Amino acid sequence: MEKFINFKSKVMPLNSANVDTDQIIPKQFLKRIERTGFGEFLFFDWRFNDDGSPNNDFVLNKSEYAGSQILLAQDNFGCGSSREHAPWALRDYGFKVIISTSFADIFYNNSFKNGILPIIVDTDLLNNFFMSAQNNESYELSIDLNNQLIEDSDNKYSFDIDPFRKKCLLEGLDDIALTLVHSDKIDIYEKKYF
Amino acid sequence: MTKKTLFDKIWDKHLVHEEEGKPSLLYIDLHLVHEVTSPQAFEGLRESKREVRRPNLTFATMDHNVPTLNRTNIDDPISAQQIETLIKNCEEFGIKLFDLASPYQGIVHVIGPEQGLTKPGMTIVCGDSHTSTHGAFGSLAFGIGTSEVEHVLATQCLWQIKPKTFEVRVNGSRPKGVTAKDIILSIIGNIGTAGATGHVIEYTGQAISSLSMEQRMTICNMSIEGGARAGMISPDEITFEYLKDKPNMENIEVMIKDWDNLRTDEDAQFDKTLVLDANQMSPQVSWGTSPGMVTGVGNKVPNPKNIEDPIQRKSTEDALDYMGIKADTNITDIKLDTVFIGSCTNSRIEDLIAASKVFKGNKVASNINAIVVPGSQLVKYQAEKLGLDKIFKDAGCEWRESGCSMCLAMNPDKLSPGERCASTSNRNFEGRQGKGGRTHLVSPIMAAAAAVNGKFVDIRDYDIDWGDY
Repeated sequence: MEKFINFKSKVMPLNSANVDTDQIIPKQFLKRIERTGFGEFLFFDWRFNDDGSPNNDFVLNKSEYAGSQILLAQDNFGCGSSREHAPWALRDYGFKVIISTSFADIFYNNSFKNGILPIIVDTDLLNNFFMSAQNNESYELSIDLNNQLIEDSDNKYSFDIDPFRKKCLLEGLDDIALTLVHSDKIDIYEKKYF
Repeated sequence: MTKKTLFDKIWDKHLVHEEEGKPSLLYIDLHLVHEVTSPQAFEGLRESKREVRRPNLTFATMDHNVPTLNRTNIDDPISAQQIETLIKNCEEFGIKLFDLASPYQGIVHVIGPEQGLTKPGMTIVCGDSHTSTHGAFGSLAFGIGTSEVEHVLATQCLWQIKPKTFEVRVNGSRPKGVTAKDIILSIIGNIGTAGATGHVIEYTGQAISSLSMEQRMTICNMSIEGGARAGMISPDEITFEYLKDKPNMENIEVMIKDWDNLRTDEDAQFDKTLVLDANQMSPQVSWGTSPGMVTGVGNKVPNPKNIEDPIQRKSTEDALDYMGIKADTNITDIKLDTVFIGSCTNSRIEDLIAASKVFKGNKVASNINAIVVPGSQLVKYQAEKLGLDKIFKDAGCEWRESGCSMCLAMNPDKLSPGERCASTSNRNFEGRQGKGGRTHLVSPIMAAAAAVNGKFVDIRDYDIDWGDY
């Protein structure tokens, strides 16, 4: 996994709650056997009209937000299916950070495995970010994972993250290699119970 | 000694490694694999030259993609490739596969219990969010992503941050016509789709412990729709009876002695508790695009004008718009095009027996296309032995081969844009059953009655002996 590097970017406001992984990547794109190439199908059913033309009302198609690496979403983002294709698609499209008031557990977990940082903020702050991004499309946020800070031109806001997950993101650690360090303990466990 | 919940007991027993401030390394007793979320995991193993640590604790089936009509010829080349890939991966890594030729093939969460793979006290994972189903046996069972599938294949372990515990106690007894599906939909309607995020639910109370194993599976199956990491029910005599005639149950009497301790200690503390009364519950119908958007069959769909919270109001407006339903419509005025009976929530033999009672001697309404998809080939065999297939077909339903089918519409079974479906599945998200399709989640008997009437009706008006269903 690539190391997470601090960055500054425009912010795309996706004003929906309970965005499920079926919307993030619809099922017809789950048949691929690779981890890459899902970005072009991200939010497919919201992004494209039935005739295949882009839906210009959908935020991903608004040129003023093009190139955003930060996605804002309302409560309970990533609920539903466990498909890791959802973070693969977000990452492939270019998102590195998602900010919401809450995330569904499996999606939250899957994000970290793919170098995406999901940040949980309170409702007031989220509304703040939404207002700023909706009223000013050139609004930018800086993400500083080392110091756990979100920064705009006026303020700094701190966020919480599990220290182990933070370390894995910053160092781009491979989970399996980390686990194999404990092989002896797995052996002992298996001898005891099997 | 600290009092422990059922969850704590299973968690503690499976700890391989623990360190302050870090996730814990948990041993996994059973890993179930299917074609959609595994190819990239096996590819990862190959790239890093790793083996499957415990092939004998790993079982695979093909269910998401498989056609339910002609199984010998998969038209979609990409679906066929995914299925071929699973076959090759299982051969290469020595994993037992229930393929399309197997009499035991079926939906992964139906065949686990059927084959006696699912046992009380186990940790069980699968790259599928409805793995929570297996919690009905008093196991800790949860869905994982593909990176974690690879991790479990390679190490038979998983890093987990300890979830919190949530007791959902359902007291009382269900009125006639109110099924396990209605209980779980009522719970989700009550707590919302994020109500149990970060928690493992233990379902307790008279209305839960009186349920059969298949009904308990329906409850635990939809724990994820309430946001829970897992759902579980303490094993008891009903559990042990169910397991006795299953395969892989050598020494069951010895195992039962162990399993008998798998219950929450008296006075153990849950992080939160919700108490509901089954006597107050009614048959449920979802009206929106999230499983929390649900109401009793005797009610109307909500009016966004009456909702104060702006985000909730917008969600309701968007949902009604997508569903093509006006605010304040009576549920029983909603006309349907399709009825789907199947999925890992409601495709077991008790579900099919109950649905067949509604269809017996009746015809599917002329505006309805009804399909019945058994959860496994074994369920199909059982149903045909009981003559249920004949009842379904005589009524005008299509009787299919087993698989996930129209629950997620990865195979050819899908809704067309605007098509409205009463479905016994678990998710009513936009486009879940086909782009533009409109899903109403209901129990199998509500779905069957809707098929016969062409619209929703109150199943409590039927004078049918449901037995324990």
